[in-house]
Amino acid sequence: MDALLLQFLNGLDKGGAYALIALGLTLVFGTLGVVNFAHGALFMLGAFCAVTFNKLLTLEQIVLDPEQKTAWGTPLEIRTPYVEAWLGDFGVFLVNYSVPVSIIIAIPVMLLIGVVMERGLIKYFYKRPHADQILVTFGLAIVIQEIIKHYFGANPIPQSAPEIVAGSANIGAWLGLEGNIVYPWWRLVYFGFSVVVIGAVFAFLQFTTYGMVVRAGMRDSETVGLLGINIQKRFTVVFGIAAVVAGLAGVMYTPILPPDYHMGMDFLVLSFVVVVVGGMGSLPGAVLAGFLLGILQSFASMNEVKNILPGIDQIIIYLVAVVILLTMPRGLMGREGVMED
Amino acid sequence: MTKLLDREPVALLVFSAVILLMPLWLTPLGANYPDLLQKFAIYGIFAMGFNILFGLTGYLSFGHAAFLGVGSYAAVWSFKLFTMNVIPAIAFGVLFSGIFAFLIGYVSLRRSGIYFSILTLAFAQMCYNLAYSVLTPITNGETGLQLTLQDPRIIDRMFAPAGAGLPSTNFFGILMSGYSGFYFCAVVLIICFFISRRIFKSPFGLTLLGIKSNQNRMGYTGYNTRPYTQTAFVISGMFAGLAGSLLAVTDPLAGAERMQWTASGEVVLMTILGGVGTLIGPMLGAWLIKYFENIFSAFNEATLEQTFSFLPEPLAHAAVAISGLFVGEGWHLTLGVLFMLIVIFLPGGIMEGWRRLARWIGGGGGGKAKSESAAVAQPAE
Repeated sequence: MDALLLQFLNGLDKGGAYALIALGLTLVFGTLGVVNFAHGALFMLGAFCAVTFNKLLTLEQIVLDPEQKTAWGTPLEIRTPYVEAWLGDFGVFLVNYSVPVSIIIAIPVMLLIGVVMERGLIKYFYKRPHADQILVTFGLAIVIQEIIKHYFGANPIPQSAPEIVAGSANIGAWLGLEGNIVYPWWRLVYFGFSVVVIGAVFAFLQFTTYGMVVRAGMRDSETVGLLGINIQKRFTVVFGIAAVVAGLAGVMYTPILPPDYHMGMDFLVLSFVVVVVGGMGSLPGAVLAGFLLGILQSFASMNEVKNILPGIDQIIIYLVAVVILLTMPRGLMGREGVMED
Repeated sequence: MTKLLDREPVALLVFSAVILLMPLWLTPLGANYPDLLQKFAIYGIFAMGFNILFGLTGYLSFGHAAFLGVGSYAAVWSFKLFTMNVIPAIAFGVLFSGIFAFLIGYVSLRRSGIYFSILTLAFAQMCYNLAYSVLTPITNGETGLQLTLQDPRIIDRMFAPAGAGLPSTNFFGILMSGYSGFYFCAVVLIICFFISRRIFKSPFGLTLLGIKSNQNRMGYTGYNTRPYTQTAFVISGMFAGLAGSLLAVTDPLAGAERMQWTASGEVVLMTILGGVGTLIGPMLGAWLIKYFENIFSAFNEATLEQTFSFLPEPLAHAAVAISGLFVGEGWHLTLGVLFMLIVIFLPGGIMEGWRRLARWIGGGGGGKAKSESAAVAQPAE
């Protein structure tokens, strides 16, 4: 029972990441009708926003202290980050909280990247076949990936979570179970964060006039255009929002998985499977399938399961995708008439 | 000229001459070494086979590398168990990948469009992950499957005792390394070209093109399309398996990374770059990518500085810094940029570029590419 609960929790953070990326993919697909293979690269760019911010914060000034000597008799070098020297305690706080704080810079950066990408490239591909869209965004993903690799190197760059949530939470004690279920705090934070972001996106679409127009456009953009609304402009903003969602998912994921240049591609393949399982064009489907597959994956990696079906943890996601696609042609919650040519 | 190339013996003769003389005409390009030439031939076959599926039926498979991997493993096992002769190895590679393609195709072809892509991707990733974990006794996991001194090699043992050291692959006594390996692959490539040309010109090929342009309408005219797409899928899987077993022939080692989805993506790149649905375009794309991979990635800072040494110093520095992004480790960037440019401006790939060039020069007349344009022409809706 304890083991089951723990595996369930383990699935939540990964499921959160899948759900966030799949949500963005579905938003772009539902509004612009574009299959965006560069979405994983946006996730990766978000993670590298956090890395860059952290690097900037930890630029150090080196002061030689003649009072203290090292073992070799030379003056001791004291390294302090500039922000700490200038801002004192607040600087220390900033360095400590660099990952969550970088959300603030990641939002405008990702929005800008998203809008530039849509206006600069994707715009020209609305009328082209899906295969062309897949291919050009795939090429773009390679380009982004290689540029990041050039500037940040090929090795993963670990980021640390703020100290206050660095340890593990004793969840067993909260729930009154006698078993000792400990679970890293940051993963709980990530789960909570993904729920908040998903909630925010849905609230935006559901309760604002802007979101209402976007939803109408997803159903029938031509008619919305005939009503005198510049739907294209709104769709561009939606693309930006999707980029922000992917970016934020990346920023917050850095303490869990040290970012490297190909993390985007790794997640992209799985997220596509998630989108298809959830049903192309269905936002709730994407979220549901994201969490479902994340949790299933973590259950499949239990030793008890692996003893019966060896290797199942490696293929469970794909297996589920195959079964669902063959039995439910539109995925879990797909709408009729989307991508059925 | 065009008419002449349309005739089969002429086309085959010209093609064979171009392929077999590759060591000659590639020398000025700096690509004349056996390793690279073998890759040209092998990946040419791979892309040609992929094109039979994607180019003719329009089904975009994102898991074709799985068949390449299966072919490699089957070939290496044939080397280990039976004989170092390459013919059984190739037969096994093609056979097993054909069976695999039949099974995967049977399931995946129930759906079309992006769903088909995802299904094939899912199957390929399953093969890849299983090869690393559960199937380790067959695939030897991360180390990769290789020859050992303890291999039984039943058939070889009947004729000669085991010698010291690892034997090498041979074609009835001719060692398959260096140029002889290349010529072997080249002959196979020519045979594949012949088969693929016949498929393109056959009623079967035309039916596949019909499926590409409108599957529903093909159904209305009374065709049951599934057997056709299934056959195309199996044929293209067998081409991939053949390429995989040739990889094992030239270097008897099979690793799971050959099946990863990036490898599947690569063959898609090759096909698009060369020209989807054209007879020789995909092969040209494969050559271009393999050429870049080998030549560009060998560049380093020193060679760049040498190249730009004629410029004044600050300019040379800038030139080295910028071009340094694109070569050496960063050759993938070149590939990505090139690929994007092709998809954006020249969706028909190299072959369309060639056609446009020919039209521009000849003022309406087509050059060599005319024979291919018949193959890509879409039937009227």
